[in-house]
Amino acid sequence: MTVALAPAARIESPPVLRERGQREVFCGLTGIVWLHRKVQDAFFLVVGSRTCAHLLQSAAGVMVFAEPRFGTAIIEERDLAGLADANEELDKVVHRLLARRPEIKLLFLVGSCPSEVIKLDLSRAAERLNVTHAPNVRILNYSGSGIETTFTQGEDACLAALVPEMREDAASQLLIVGALPDIVEDQFRRLFAELGIRRVDTLPPRRAKDLPGVGPGTRFLLAQPFLGDTARALETRGAVHLPAMFPFGAEGTTAWLHAAATEFGIDEMHFRSVVAPGRERAKRALARHAERLSGKSIFFMPDSQLEVPLARFLAAELGMTIVEVGTPYLHRGHLADDIAALPAGTQISEGQDVDKQLDRVRAARPDLTVCGLGLANPLEREGLSTKWAIELVFSPVHGFEQAGDLAELFARPLVRRDKLMV
Amino acid sequence: MQLTVWTYEGPPHVGAMRVATGMKGLHYVLHAPQGDTYADLLFTMIERRGERPPVTYTTFQARDLGTDTAELFQKSARDAYERFQPEAMIVGASCTAELIQDDPAGLALTMGLPCPIIALDLPSYSHKENWGAAETFYQIVRQLADKARVAPARDGRRLRANLLGPTALGFRHRDDIIEVTKLLAGLGIDVHVCAPMGSTPAAITGLGEADFNVVLYPEIAHEAARWLEKTFGQKYTKTIPIGVNATREFVAEVCAIAGIEAPVDPDAGRMPWWSRSVDSTYLTGKRVFIFGDATHAVAAARIASEELGFEVVGLGCYNREFARDIRTAAAKYGVEPLITDDYLVVEDAIAAANCELVLGTQMERHIAKRLRLPCAVISAPVHVQDFPARHSPQMGFEGANVIFDTWVHPLVMGLEEHLLTMFRDDFEFSDANGPSHLGHGGGHAVKPEAVEPVELVTVAAEPEGWQPDAERELMKIPFFVRGKAKRNTERYATEKGVTAITVETLYEAKAHYAR
Repeated sequence: MTVALAPAARIESPPVLRERGQREVFCGLTGIVWLHRKVQDAFFLVVGSRTCAHLLQSAAGVMVFAEPRFGTAIIEERDLAGLADANEELDKVVHRLLARRPEIKLLFLVGSCPSEVIKLDLSRAAERLNVTHAPNVRILNYSGSGIETTFTQGEDACLAALVPEMREDAASQLLIVGALPDIVEDQFRRLFAELGIRRVDTLPPRRAKDLPGVGPGTRFLLAQPFLGDTARALETRGAVHLPAMFPFGAEGTTAWLHAAATEFGIDEMHFRSVVAPGRERAKRALARHAERLSGKSIFFMPDSQLEVPLARFLAAELGMTIVEVGTPYLHRGHLADDIAALPAGTQISEGQDVDKQLDRVRAARPDLTVCGLGLANPLEREGLSTKWAIELVFSPVHGFEQAGDLAELFARPLVRRDKLMV
Repeated sequence: MQLTVWTYEGPPHVGAMRVATGMKGLHYVLHAPQGDTYADLLFTMIERRGERPPVTYTTFQARDLGTDTAELFQKSARDAYERFQPEAMIVGASCTAELIQDDPAGLALTMGLPCPIIALDLPSYSHKENWGAAETFYQIVRQLADKARVAPARDGRRLRANLLGPTALGFRHRDDIIEVTKLLAGLGIDVHVCAPMGSTPAAITGLGEADFNVVLYPEIAHEAARWLEKTFGQKYTKTIPIGVNATREFVAEVCAIAGIEAPVDPDAGRMPWWSRSVDSTYLTGKRVFIFGDATHAVAAARIASEELGFEVVGLGCYNREFARDIRTAAAKYGVEPLITDDYLVVEDAIAAANCELVLGTQMERHIAKRLRLPCAVISAPVHVQDFPARHSPQMGFEGANVIFDTWVHPLVMGLEEHLLTMFRDDFEFSDANGPSHLGHGGGHAVKPEAVEPVELVTVAAEPEGWQPDAERELMKIPFFVRGKAKRNTERYATEKGVTAITVETLYEAKAHYAR
């Protein structure tokens, strides 16, 4: 326990390899795939091209949702002729959509590469449409474009767009920031309640009308490491960030909860007794997988920005050897504690030149490579075991009760490799 | 602006990727923003390819827009050439790059790269995936085919044909190639080049050496085949060999083009007998709704009508370029052609068609699931389960066998349906009992999945709507047809302006919809 609770040692910055070249990452629009499930009365309307629509349905994969709460207003040739017409067209699409889906209370106009490049001003469009559709629907905008965001940054942009909507509330409260599966959110709420932190709220809320307040009394924990803009926006509203390791595994979760407990003046002995059962369960669950994972090497291709805390978890709690931690963007401030807990000399890389990075994977031949869906089968074909990074974003992996599941996600490809005799 | 939930086709550069990924020795340098690399997963995940598509993306970001994206493009092209050493490169822009107007084609052509550069102009705001594939293939053929290389004199050599159209991510293209190659071999005809899938730029240069062309997928190969005919005088086939009759006609057409005698009675496989055997009597007049790409939809309609005895009650396609084919076919079956790429319109049409089987794409599969209708997939776009491990062609006589199995499987089959109807008063079919094959004892606790308890609860026993006696009668109908009976009755009542549904209404409706 002492390891996790020690303040981050001021060690020298780890070596960071910065690369530019082809980046094999999703754009920020992809976040819609989980955000639209989380906020149940919100609709995400991408203003973009056929490519955007195609990306969303490819990333949503199985296409099982009958009529999902997202869609694309596809820009066509005539929309490019004049922006006035494009605005008019957009208004028409929104009217039609809202007429069809009266249950929608919050509509996000989501900017894309084409809408950014043609400078279609979605914030003004949102203002304009708000006048028409208030008070039934609130219309906001953010950009999920690939030229400005990668993958999980889309969630950051979305949540940052919600912050100005939060009412002023000076009361002391704890805010959990970042979309978590409901079940995980409920687990955390129970723990905070047991600890004695009375007011706990989440951003995003499950329903638009439950958007929490914010103010100088707000202390917030980031549940995800990719929320730089959201954190900054909350800070301008007077909220204070509680730095901590991210809640992955027994240690990460303990440290994360402890940051809040300390801030809210919770007695140390009480804290220990509250977290002990979950922490012990997590450790027991991890022990089963440690046997399989300990000593195995792992290479992270940049994908979700979860790479650094996950590498911390796998190295510190499961004994894996980290070959390289690639991340699209390294937020040094928010990741300080996780970076400090990485084994000394761990190679971190920021940005990507995918072909060069694959050369490094092939040279190192790690036991496991965490990568995007475009790379997984080709690496498997080369005899390298892989873990799809996207599953780490879609699955419940935070907190004590999911620690074993998280470890299992990494263990399963190795188990499979050992089992298969074809 | 078009509001889209799901799309049938991707942007045109995805079509170009399908061509490039099907080939070897060709590399695609695509000027595209970060994020457009998602398209790789279509090939590596859905088609389970073990190699990355041969595509280099420039993946520019906002900070690059202020500087020099053209330079970024040239660097990417140079690096791609050095790393992959392709025989030829295709270059182009995705939708966003099209807007910044860097002219990747012009840039690449001035670079002096030591391989042929084929420039693609694929307007993303007006065209789509199939068109992009066709245009890419046409440009490759036009620019690489060596006009000096023509078919040598016969001199007793074997006849040879090119197979044109198959690409990566195509619906059963992999297996159709094998089947058609076999079919041609049986006629003494060799496959000279199969392209794009399976070919290389070097092989494309010799396309002119074949005696004629076989167009498997007009959506992709029609433009190229027309150019080859104009340039080399190569005739090309118009019949798509999907279904027994179409395959017979295809054989006849090939023989006519090749100037050989058609076989008198080719072995047409099992399908004709499977369809004639008595169990298939129950397929007669099944109402089927068909939607897909035009080629597959038209072929499916013919099989449904001529070879399975179904009734075609809806026919449509999502690719406007081939709408004429659908219109012609729709006229033949006396239905309104449905030409749209709006998923919601298709859904409404299927719901209104009152059909018993849906033949469509991945999208119709989901529509059918929601409407609780049986469905089989006949056309791209498809998902991972429609790239089966087993050989599973659509074309040729084996393709017809596969189609029989695939379409009939989702329907309750003849003997089975007969027995279910005969014994429908049997206590085991009552809702209170679970299916007997799931074991005894616990049977009463188990509810069969197909029962629609929710719907029944919502049946309102008011003067308007279902009367108690009619509702009780409805409950006597076996669960597997009850939903349909209820729908038909309600539709009938609405049409006739009947507000209170009685037992009388129920049987009036039954008589009305009886065939």
